[in-house]
Amino acid sequence: MTPKPSKVLIIGSGPIVIGQAAEFDYSGSQACRSLREEGVHTVLVNSNPATIMTDEGIADTIYIEPLTVPVIERIIEREKPDGLLPTLGGQTGLNLAIALADAGVLEKYDLRSLGTPIETIRTAEDRGLFGKLLEEIGEPVPESETVTTMEEARRAAKEIGLPLVVRPAYTLGGTGGGIVQTPDELEHIVRGGLAASPITQVLIERYLAGWKELEYEVMRDGADNCITICNMENIDPMGVHTGDSIVVAPSQTLPDKEYQMLRTASLKIIRALGIEGGCNIQFALAPRREIADWEPRGRGLPPYYVIEVNPRVSRSSALASKATGYPIARVAAKIAAGKTLDEIPNRVTGKTTAAFEPALDYCVVKIPRWPFDKFPLGERRTGTQMKATGEVMAIDRTFEAALGKAVRSLEFGGRSLLWENPAWRDIDPRDYVAIPTDERLWAVLASLRRGATVEELSGLSGIDPWFLTKMNRMVEVEKRLLSEALTPDLMREAKRTGLSDGVIGTLADRLPEQVRGLRTEWGVQPVYKTVDTCAAEFEAETPYFYSTYPAAAAGDGENEAPALPGEKALVIGSGPIRIGQGIEFDYSAVHAAWALREAGVGAIMANSNPETVSTDFDTSDRLYFEPLDEEGVRDLLENETENGSAPGRPPSTIVQFGGQTAINLATPLSRANLPILGSSAEAIDLAEDRRRFEDLLQRLGIPQPPGAGVSTIEEALQTAQLIGYPVLVRPSYVLGGRAMEIVQNATDLVRYVAEAAKISPGKPVLIDKYMAGIEAEVDAICDGEGGALIPGIMQHVERAGVHSGDSMAVYPAVGLTEGEKTTIVAHTLRLGQALDVRGLMNIQYVIMRREEGESGVYVIEVNPRASRTVPFISKVTGVPMVRLAVQVMLGKTLRELGYEPGIWPEQKLVAVKAPVFSMSKLIGVDTHLGPEMKSTGEVMGVDRTFEAALAKALIASDMSLAGRKSVLLSLDDDTKPESVPLIRTLQSAGYRIYATEGTATMIQALGIPVEMVPKRLDEGYPNVVDVIREGIVDAVINTPEGRVTETLRDGFHIRRAAAEKRIPCLTSIDTAAAAVDALMRGESTEGGFTVQPLRDYLDT
Amino acid sequence: MPARPAQLVLEDGTVFRGESFGADVTSAGEVVFSTAMTGYQEMLTDPSFAGQVLVLTYPLAGNYGINAEDVESKRIQVAGLVVHEACDAPSHWRSERTLGEYLASESIPGIAGVDTRALTRKLRSAGVMMGAVTSDETPEQALARLRSAPRYGEVDLVRGVSTDEPYEWDPAASDVRLKPDPQRNVVVVDDGVKYNIMRLLAERGCRVTALPPDASAETILALSPDGILFSPGPGDPKFLDYQVATVRSLIGKAPILGICLGHQVLGRAFGADTFKLKFGHRGANHPVQDVETGRVHITAQNHGYAVDPDGLSSDIEVSQVHLNDGTCEGLRHRSEPVMSIQYHSEASPGPLDNVYVFDRFVEMMDAVNSG
Repeated sequence: MTPKPSKVLIIGSGPIVIGQAAEFDYSGSQACRSLREEGVHTVLVNSNPATIMTDEGIADTIYIEPLTVPVIERIIEREKPDGLLPTLGGQTGLNLAIALADAGVLEKYDLRSLGTPIETIRTAEDRGLFGKLLEEIGEPVPESETVTTMEEARRAAKEIGLPLVVRPAYTLGGTGGGIVQTPDELEHIVRGGLAASPITQVLIERYLAGWKELEYEVMRDGADNCITICNMENIDPMGVHTGDSIVVAPSQTLPDKEYQMLRTASLKIIRALGIEGGCNIQFALAPRREIADWEPRGRGLPPYYVIEVNPRVSRSSALASKATGYPIARVAAKIAAGKTLDEIPNRVTGKTTAAFEPALDYCVVKIPRWPFDKFPLGERRTGTQMKATGEVMAIDRTFEAALGKAVRSLEFGGRSLLWENPAWRDIDPRDYVAIPTDERLWAVLASLRRGATVEELSGLSGIDPWFLTKMNRMVEVEKRLLSEALTPDLMREAKRTGLSDGVIGTLADRLPEQVRGLRTEWGVQPVYKTVDTCAAEFEAETPYFYSTYPAAAAGDGENEAPALPGEKALVIGSGPIRIGQGIEFDYSAVHAAWALREAGVGAIMANSNPETVSTDFDTSDRLYFEPLDEEGVRDLLENETENGSAPGRPPSTIVQFGGQTAINLATPLSRANLPILGSSAEAIDLAEDRRRFEDLLQRLGIPQPPGAGVSTIEEALQTAQLIGYPVLVRPSYVLGGRAMEIVQNATDLVRYVAEAAKISPGKPVLIDKYMAGIEAEVDAICDGEGGALIPGIMQHVERAGVHSGDSMAVYPAVGLTEGEKTTIVAHTLRLGQALDVRGLMNIQYVIMRREEGESGVYVIEVNPRASRTVPFISKVTGVPMVRLAVQVMLGKTLRELGYEPGIWPEQKLVAVKAPVFSMSKLIGVDTHLGPEMKSTGEVMGVDRTFEAALAKALIASDMSLAGRKSVLLSLDDDTKPESVPLIRTLQSAGYRIYATEGTATMIQALGIPVEMVPKRLDEGYPNVVDVIREGIVDAVINTPEGRVTETLRDGFHIRRAAAEKRIPCLTSIDTAAAAVDALMRGESTEGGFTVQPLRDYLDT
Repeated sequence: MPARPAQLVLEDGTVFRGESFGADVTSAGEVVFSTAMTGYQEMLTDPSFAGQVLVLTYPLAGNYGINAEDVESKRIQVAGLVVHEACDAPSHWRSERTLGEYLASESIPGIAGVDTRALTRKLRSAGVMMGAVTSDETPEQALARLRSAPRYGEVDLVRGVSTDEPYEWDPAASDVRLKPDPQRNVVVVDDGVKYNIMRLLAERGCRVTALPPDASAETILALSPDGILFSPGPGDPKFLDYQVATVRSLIGKAPILGICLGHQVLGRAFGADTFKLKFGHRGANHPVQDVETGRVHITAQNHGYAVDPDGLSSDIEVSQVHLNDGTCEGLRHRSEPVMSIQYHSEASPGPLDNVYVFDRFVEMMDAVNSG
């Protein structure tokens, strides 16, 4: 039996990257609270400030520090924990635990790894050891070989035969792996895989094309009690990473014999590995008789293979927790603290214990959220390397309805079930069924519409006919809606088949609002059922609900969610994690729910993202797991409207915290006379409508970069000429800087406007003067009574033109003058008042300094909602921004809350927020910084000085140049002059400098030694790509020209090579200058910065 | 073709509406729910469900069809089946027909489209009750039929599902992979045994002979058994009190294992009473704790009655309890090789965590034989 530790160090997962998203904030926060309940002192370290787990009150001691061995050793030295919990921080946590063990740190401080022994982590992660262990216990693994060189790989490939799958050791989200069908692909993919693996090792394995892919979530305690929490079936068969697969829970096509066969194997494996806690096991299962009985596999061999084990909580375990109501991380933490399953209460039923297996009485569908709306040029094919940034989940009592709701939840550029790729007018969509991409689901539906059969599509895709039959049902109902009169029965059938009001309207030639009207008239309305872990066997105490339409024959069905009594408000979450709308918004939504509860107001949460803290059943008083579209939200608001003797009032909705997802609901909800808490829909529109906002600024006398909205090419050219190039262009009404560009000349402008007209015809294009000044931003809480509190001003390291989400931000604004700050504060206060903001607001400014020392402070953008920087600025100023915002929404003034309007006193710390990218995983995506956001996550470096904070932020975001030896420079003409000091510094710091032709000539002219490298890939060896791939350089500074030219294409190869080699590639001269600066100010020594709990920085 | 409307009429007058699938006939029984998410074919053919209308809480039934192998007896045993959705296009390489076709072929009615969660919630709070599935009678007619028909607890259901004649289990008839030469003789007193009990015993080197429920101790012993198994079966154990004397006279003669109904019979033989649970234990996720070791196993369960350990004689101890409600899940004789379990160690459907019980049974036999 595991003895109970008294103080436990928990390693967080760091920044959000593809393969490691919000799920680890969910599991980490749950685990911290779970351990504290047990009286265990929790010490948490994470570099990601946008997390709930790094909030005061979650862990006992919180460090926001870079996740490196030396830093963690310093924390261990200081805190002296007696246990390490490495299984909650994703792959990052596991890798660090192994690194700590290898460095002798665990031994030195007598630190015990809780839950999963270090040796088990090694066994599960090392393909060779893993295969050996499974062989010992008689569990089949696909024929494979571990290799460390290209040569070994070729030999192994010969033995096993193509096709093969390549899996690098110790990477997350399958980074660097792939499927090999040809000898060429073998070379390419193995090379990538070896580079991706921190130990230069990949596994070459038989590719089980078309086999079913299953996952089991397993739990084991110190007394060897084992249970499975949930199994999940990937609709996409083997070959597509489970993170990129559409997944259903529980499995749908497995008879009990197969279900139990894999369950038994799962228990055997977790026992053999000796894991105490949670674990995820993936299987390939033979889909057909001829495969199951295939002789060469040997007689008596069961018809499955074990593919992978994750000896930790994972994305899948978060999904399983939300799919079942069983809190895996919470229970795993209790087990780590020495409890057995039967000693842990089941908080859902309040009566039973954690020692049982959840029974589901609904079907759960997860769909990945891919970033290809942001990166239309990226390689959309899905394979062993995960590409999705997030996911959505939907629950219903039919598969079709769950799938339909999941699609509604995706918020992918209005892609409804009816969406078809315009290319399918000419190309048979069946071509898109055979090749897995993010569009496959839609290609299946399109093919079915064109008469393809289930058998045919199953043959092409390997998708089980069961799923395809269900999709065909959806298409059949579509056809009925096109050809038959809309009746109550057909309406009900359509809702049960997952069709939204919008889709029904499109097919039955009605507006969505009319469809809704008919539904109300006919009484076709959803009821809400409970997720209770036990299929209604016991009464549930947790209010976790999903909507469903009962069958026509069944009548109205039973509604288990009568309106919550008393005063209450609905918080709209932010939906799936995507670029531009990350975990920061979930952070705010969670705090909003907490703030409501604290104020004695019932908090209702609505969200569709299973990875999040907001969808934890105890974050709010009531959770609706629903699509965040108008239909879903209005349905649940109607359900929350008490229908007593007098017609009830619907609860107010808070739209400020769920990013653009929530703010987009302001207008539709207002139109439906549903009350909004905080800033009105009118205020939101005033800030978002370009023309109205321009008028307002003029009236207030606040300057903004000159510009206009244009509809024709002629207008565009005229405007640009008037304000002068370069100009910043973007389509109106888009999110996250999507399709924003800096345009340097008329030719490019014509191209841009023509393209924009094609993409969104009729919508104006916005053209603004591009001002390459200093960018600053503020968040403010406005109480609607004239008071506004500005917790702090942030200054960006990169000049304007780089999306604020991709910029490094510094608090306090160390480079701004007092005058500039005063102007920013004044503008902010006036804007808050003029827009009548009640709640949060974010404003971005650009500061242009003139010769005579005067500055112009221009407003670039106002967002009347919680921004991405709310968690960062809340943490470094200590101002509970969301709580205050909710309080003012409920009617309090800032003064009543004890806060003086104006700017909050500057803290005596410096904090730097740095973006983190996932570019190595997105083949074909250009990595250079620009007006369009590309980062997936963020880290924070906090310290006493700017230099130390910067150094930490760079280390934590893997952008640090420290410890590297040679740098490749390839600079555009504009940045060459200003890069001179940087180059000199690099030289004096002893770096070997490589440069492309033009840059090398410039450097030579400075009298600095430089190696010239050909830029063209067909000119000599080593060229730019060779020096990167072969590790001759270990960092790249490449500033691209701001337009699509040959140069940009050349630079593209450089940047892609750097991304794939996973070395820093700095594409803004400002970031580069900062990184080089940090280098010179002691970054290279760990002693150059402080390591201490976050609250110690704040206290002084 | 629109499906025919059907109803589930409960004895308290509640009507759950849906559509008919399976046979268009009226059939009544005790309405019970199972929370197992897979294994509908095994459940349908489990004799312990005789006299009952089975409600599946998992909403999608019939997904993987019906095959020739996954049966637990020679026919469908339930009186009727209630589901939320019945799949008419199943997908699995072993599937031979649909769930609806299977029910129809054995004249069993099914009803789909029911709000099975609402129904389960009702049964959970009001307790199990009699009900009729019908598509050819009005709710009033069905209710009248229910009121005049005998109640579940009033019928000796074992008679209907057990064997009348002794028979030997033919391992070749099942898909037992390993067929070692049988080393041991096991007599199964068949109160409605599941095939998987036979399969698991055969796999462990047992020659299995099944006897009718009223087989006397002399008849059993005449087969010189190495072990005797009292099988699961349907209904109130009080109907089997004729087995109580048989059990008592067999103690010490050969190792005895009682499963489910067999466990209840053993309990009654050792002086305990049995009582009806409010809504029973039916599913594949029931946690059972070993009293001695504290270990928890996930079990498959299907029972509506339980042993009240209060009256147990002193040479019997409760060996296992249900973790959720503390009811008795296992008994053990302190000195003789006699044990019983309330749950279904043979699974099918359900987790295979407890097949070790059969290993123990074999060990008991071998210990007696070698001792």
